Amino acid sequence: MTTSMGTPLIEIKGLSKRFPIHSGLSRRVTGEVRAIDGIDLTIMRGETLGLVGESGCGKSTTGRAILRAIEPSAGEILFHGEHGTVDVAKLGRTDLKRIRRKMQMVFQDPYASLNPRMNVEEIIAEPLICLEHMSGRARRERVTELLELVGLDSGYLLRYPHTFSGGQRQRIGIARALALEPDFVVCDEAVSALDVSVQAQVLNLLIDIQERLGTTYLFVSHDLGVIEHQCDRVAVMYLGKIVEFADTETLLRRPKMPYVEALLSAVPEADPHVKRERVAIRGEVADPANLPSGCPFHPRCPYAQDVCRTAAPTLRQVEGETGPHLAACHFAEALTLRGVGA
Amino acid sequence: MSRPVISIRGLEVGARSRHGMLRPLRGIDLDLPRGATTGLVGESGCGKSMTARALLNITPNPMRITAGSVLLDNGAAGSIDLARLEPDGAPMRAIRGRRLAMIFQEPMTAFSPVHTIGNQIAEMLTIHERLDKRAAKERAIEMLDLVGMPNARQRFDAFPFNLSGGMRQRAMIAMALACKPDVLVADEPTTALDVTIQAQILELLARLQAELGMTVLLITHDLGVVARNTSRVAVMYLGQVVEETTTEALFDTPMHPYTQGLLGSVPRLGSRHGKRERLPAMRGSVPPALSELPGCAFHPRCPKAVPGLCDVVKPAMAEVAEGHRARCLLYPEVLVASKALEAAA
Repeated sequence: MTTSMGTPLIEIKGLSKRFPIHSGLSRRVTGEVRAIDGIDLTIMRGETLGLVGESGCGKSTTGRAILRAIEPSAGEILFHGEHGTVDVAKLGRTDLKRIRRKMQMVFQDPYASLNPRMNVEEIIAEPLICLEHMSGRARRERVTELLELVGLDSGYLLRYPHTFSGGQRQRIGIARALALEPDFVVCDEAVSALDVSVQAQVLNLLIDIQERLGTTYLFVSHDLGVIEHQCDRVAVMYLGKIVEFADTETLLRRPKMPYVEALLSAVPEADPHVKRERVAIRGEVADPANLPSGCPFHPRCPYAQDVCRTAAPTLRQVEGETGPHLAACHFAEALTLRGVGA
Repeated sequence: MSRPVISIRGLEVGARSRHGMLRPLRGIDLDLPRGATTGLVGESGCGKSMTARALLNITPNPMRITAGSVLLDNGAAGSIDLARLEPDGAPMRAIRGRRLAMIFQEPMTAFSPVHTIGNQIAEMLTIHERLDKRAAKERAIEMLDLVGMPNARQRFDAFPFNLSGGMRQRAMIAMALACKPDVLVADEPTTALDVTIQAQILELLARLQAELGMTVLLITHDLGVVARNTSRVAVMYLGQVVEETTTEALFDTPMHPYTQGLLGSVPRLGSRHGKRERLPAMRGSVPPALSELPGCAFHPRCPKAVPGLCDVVKPAMAEVAEGHRARCLLYPEVLVASKALEAAA
């Protein structure tokens, strides 16, 4: 695997985001939701890192916090750029604007993320105007080039978003994200709203762009099939924490955390002959404002023991033949869990 | 084989618009065999949900059923053509809810936000089964219990916003099944849910279907859900069924190029061909319901289209293998049937 020899592009240390809960007439703070609860993550240059989990696990918040589209509450976000390392979490307004040239985002909803009053040229040129002060012919040439890169006709320059299909809009969103040739792109459920035939086109486009420009992706998704196809390594989140991390193949074939096993077994196989046996997990994700004691997964875990109710497991190395394989489970070594595939 | 509970023939739904005739359904033929789960798949805009709504005669304004029939088996009395009933007339309303029920994708919009879920379930029992208030409440609590709602008695007084997505979907299933309908139409019942909750809900539906002997039409865009939960499948494209067969046959030997493309473009978990391999993507996307294409509706996107044939002749549906029907001119059976249809017209 190429990524194990790469150099890190982004190192996240102890990243947290807490949202206060206000209640009553005086809007007093009566509690907090820990959307991200102290996560560490290293993203290698040129890789696609998958971030997967169910709704409310903090995966989108993590993607946004790295770009400071929302302000993290604590932690470091070290960005190893061409001109040395900066901590994105500590940057002031001007420096942040500069670093945003290198870090961009593709959003989930292609209907909500494009301004309906701007035409395609204005949408794609906006980062060029705001961050590069590019103008005139050079700008139009760049926009045309970007449209071609994402497979759209340059005759579309003056059309407005409502005249495009969902897949075409997502291509426009990708062209905008790539306008400044960023090193790093967060794809936040970038294909979730698309039909499978269009989804396949956009996934292929993202791979093409990575091969041509060497872009690093953080690929946030709830779809494990898409994650498997697209990612080199995967981090699984549960209630604001990373609970397992490994290269894609290892994680899917030999999971070490019971939640990951249950998640994999819940995905229905698109083959009527394979009846994947489902690992029954009870109930639903706990309320993030009122986390269970010990391991956050213990109320739903079929293997839970007494220790799981009292002590929270740390994310630790459990196996390491093919690069790091981290899991947060007291019994990671003792349990034999089922993965997918042969 | 016994008579299908629902037999849809030549069903068309349309509406006039500023830009021309909108035709979301262009002649649907579909049978729902008794006690089985039939899947209906396709991409957005192909008419899956419109089929469900036309089946219950609740097409959204200004859409109207313009042709065809929806025959509901009525035992010894023959069958009733639902397409001929007034959508809001008494005969239709007596059937809807009691013999046909539907669950929707987004339970938050299907429930009234200002009434408790218990009262909404009980209301339908007082109307259809003429139960008094107390008996209706007891039955509603029973139903909530049946669908695995914890503390059903307390949840009777919960409002939809008090419940999580999975619990709301359970409540909606309880409401749909309260009158023990013959046919349940489930329109993307798990699309808004996480996979672990989706698995719970689909297991619940399968268990209830077996217990109550219901016939289910399961509408979904997720081929995994289809593979695991149906016995027959119909694939739709631009308002028509283009392939229909058993679930095994559809996945083993898909006949229509659209079905082949659809199956090929899904990244399946556990079937990694090696990273960086491009998915075999289809070109283009589903055309809008306004489109009037000559010949086969799929020919502009079809990798196997034959010029001079596929862009000229309208394909008919024909049996291309035993129990396997498809609408593609590459099969001689279809070509013969299409020519015959053309000559008749």
